[in-house]
Amino acid sequence: MKHETIEKNATLLLILSFLLVTVGGLVQIVPLFYLQNTIEKVEGMRPYAPLELAGRNVYIREGCYVCHSQMIRPFRDEVERYGHYSLAAESEFDHPFQWGSKRTGPDLARVGGKYSDEWHREHLSNPRNVVPESIMPGYAFLSAKEIDPKGYGRNLAALNLTINNGNGAMYRPEDLDNAEADLVAQATGEQTEGLLQRYPKAVARNFDGDPRITEMDALIAYLQVLGTMVDFSTFKADMSR
Amino acid sequence: MGLESRVQQASPSGGGAMLMMSLWGVLALLAITMGAKAEDTPFAIHMFIFAAAAILALVFKARSFGQPAPDASGYNDDIVRWGALITLFWGVVGLLVGVVIALQLAYPAWNPDLEWFNFGRLRPLHTSAVIFAFGGNALLTTSFYVVQRTNRTRLALGNLAWFVFWGYQLFIVLAATGYLLGVTEGREYAEPEWYIDIWITVVWVAYFLVFFGTLLQRKEPHIYVANWFYLAFIVTIAMLHIVNNLSIPVSVFGSKSYALFSGVQDALTQWWYGHNAVGFFLTAGFLGMMYFFIPKRANRPVYSYRLSIVHFWSLIFLYIWAGPHHLHYTALPDWAQTLGMVFSIMLWMPSWGGMINGLMTLSGAWDKLRTDPVLRMMVISVAFYGMSTFEGPMMSIKSVNSLSHYTDWTIGHVHSGALGWVGMISMGALYHLIPRLWGRKEVYSLRLVSWHVWLATLGIVIYASAMWVSGIMQGLMWREYDANGFLAYSFVETVEAMHPYYVIRAMGGALFLVGALIMVYNIYRTIRGAQPVSQPVGMVSAPA
Repeated sequence: MKHETIEKNATLLLILSFLLVTVGGLVQIVPLFYLQNTIEKVEGMRPYAPLELAGRNVYIREGCYVCHSQMIRPFRDEVERYGHYSLAAESEFDHPFQWGSKRTGPDLARVGGKYSDEWHREHLSNPRNVVPESIMPGYAFLSAKEIDPKGYGRNLAALNLTINNGNGAMYRPEDLDNAEADLVAQATGEQTEGLLQRYPKAVARNFDGDPRITEMDALIAYLQVLGTMVDFSTFKADMSR
Repeated sequence: MGLESRVQQASPSGGGAMLMMSLWGVLALLAITMGAKAEDTPFAIHMFIFAAAAILALVFKARSFGQPAPDASGYNDDIVRWGALITLFWGVVGLLVGVVIALQLAYPAWNPDLEWFNFGRLRPLHTSAVIFAFGGNALLTTSFYVVQRTNRTRLALGNLAWFVFWGYQLFIVLAATGYLLGVTEGREYAEPEWYIDIWITVVWVAYFLVFFGTLLQRKEPHIYVANWFYLAFIVTIAMLHIVNNLSIPVSVFGSKSYALFSGVQDALTQWWYGHNAVGFFLTAGFLGMMYFFIPKRANRPVYSYRLSIVHFWSLIFLYIWAGPHHLHYTALPDWAQTLGMVFSIMLWMPSWGGMINGLMTLSGAWDKLRTDPVLRMMVISVAFYGMSTFEGPMMSIKSVNSLSHYTDWTIGHVHSGALGWVGMISMGALYHLIPRLWGRKEVYSLRLVSWHVWLATLGIVIYASAMWVSGIMQGLMWREYDANGFLAYSFVETVEAMHPYYVIRAMGGALFLVGALIMVYNIYRTIRGAQPVSQPVGMVSAPA
């Protein structure tokens, strides 16, 4: 076929161009939904508890991902600076992923448990209070924004409609029913039995020292859970990786 | 021919106008209802903006009611005129926000610690303003101009092109206000939330119909090469946008949604989109611009017809595979990373083929570079295209990427492409177009164009050099060990070391902005200048 034929037929030009641009994506993306090392289960991974999820949504809303990555590469310096390299499974519940593309600030994939709640509160309110050289903006306004636990289960219900690599719904019916109570329990540290049963090892306490449940509570709860779900003292990397 | 005559009959008829008016009325009512039931403030604000836009469209339609149908013979150049000015407007806005956020990084006090104006919310505003508002309008405008001239026919489907144009501006307003209000999906360069995504999908499909319909009613047997690139850009962006923005809204009355995919799958989908926003939005579309405006300005045919064929097909096929190079050494499987790297390196060839085709079009006309600063601007832009399409494949090599990733080197690379290639080819095209659209012989002052060209070039060189130094330095500092085998620098020490380069970068960006402001003045004087000639431009000239 001469190229002239395509140049004289707009429909043909359209169809051929479209077919050509579909190939790459099909070959690269589709297998990721089936390959063992991208959908493997790792012990310890669990969906975010409601307060952590609310914190994650603050993280996304404020555009933290434009300066902070959440993906530790398997290099000596990164592993020593930030901890064990990130596993695929560690972001399996991240809708959307927040691996980031730029480190204007440090990687946060394993920031959980590294600093105290007080440090985070000070740092978020005015980063230069604790790190004088920091160029991060201040987020003091988060302390003034209250979170209404009412109806929070709808966020979990929406997540249940996402694709979760053939593992069914992310949250169980009892998670949905108790979403409001779990959110309150984690932000106050009171009556946490149910929370801990549904979200093992969840950290529950009054994160910002304020009796109200604020976005500061939620963001700190999220930061404190980052990278802590998998226990790397017992984790063994699968040889297939 | 058949299609065209039907189109021309349909647009002025009263029944059609009534239908359109009721459609806008229904949309306005729907938006008001949704705004009233909104579960969060940003969603309410957005619904009321949407309702206001729908009412404006209704009023506009009503005012034209009973009026004689506007002249629909000849080319639709009104839309190109509007587009040229609005491109310039958004360009200045995007650059200005860029300079502000550069200052925020150099001096954190520029962050007011108010939720709406922190770096995290302004940065998406900057990227979207330059890519989608400035770049997108440049593409809309030039594609509407080029597709009419090269096919010697008016834009198809009557007023649909105007819907595309104003619908696109509405998308920009919704996206931009959304970023400030914290409405974001948290996906780079695809931040707008679900309802804005749906709106732009509708607008984009209309854009496709107008463009493709115009191709179908062409009066030239051949479809000119610039149109291949515009067409591939429109179709591919539609595919990328729809797949990458699949998400589940929490409520139809709220702004928040959750991405359909998660983790690894979501990451590769996003960078498949992200890299091809570069490949198709910022490259293919602008190559269409290059293939029209450089031959026009140099008054020479495209250097090699065969090369344009090879360029087109290899570019669109290879680009789509390159996404994984944004995910080197992450949890993405190795084979996908390597595949992305290999295709990125191969991509160097069609990129330089296109650059050669653009530059060599000047054979026999190189002397014009001395006398015509507009052509100089276009040629410099193609040179920047060549530079950044060499740098890109190099950065996609895994061992280079291990150093460059997460650093300012990437930012520098993006800006040599965005300011150098995209910015300067668009501004060059506008300098060429605007005098013709307003019936002027030439721009008000070629001397000021020359100033613009050199200020912009100097600005980009300063910007990119600062980012090379800071990026490579920071990458090396992160991995440096002291004699005892400990990491030599804490993270914040590397942040501190960036300060001088962030200041220099802001100055480079400011120079580029000053160049753009000079352009605004020059264009203002051009339009205000001599009396317009009555004959519509370009009607008699043969297509390039």
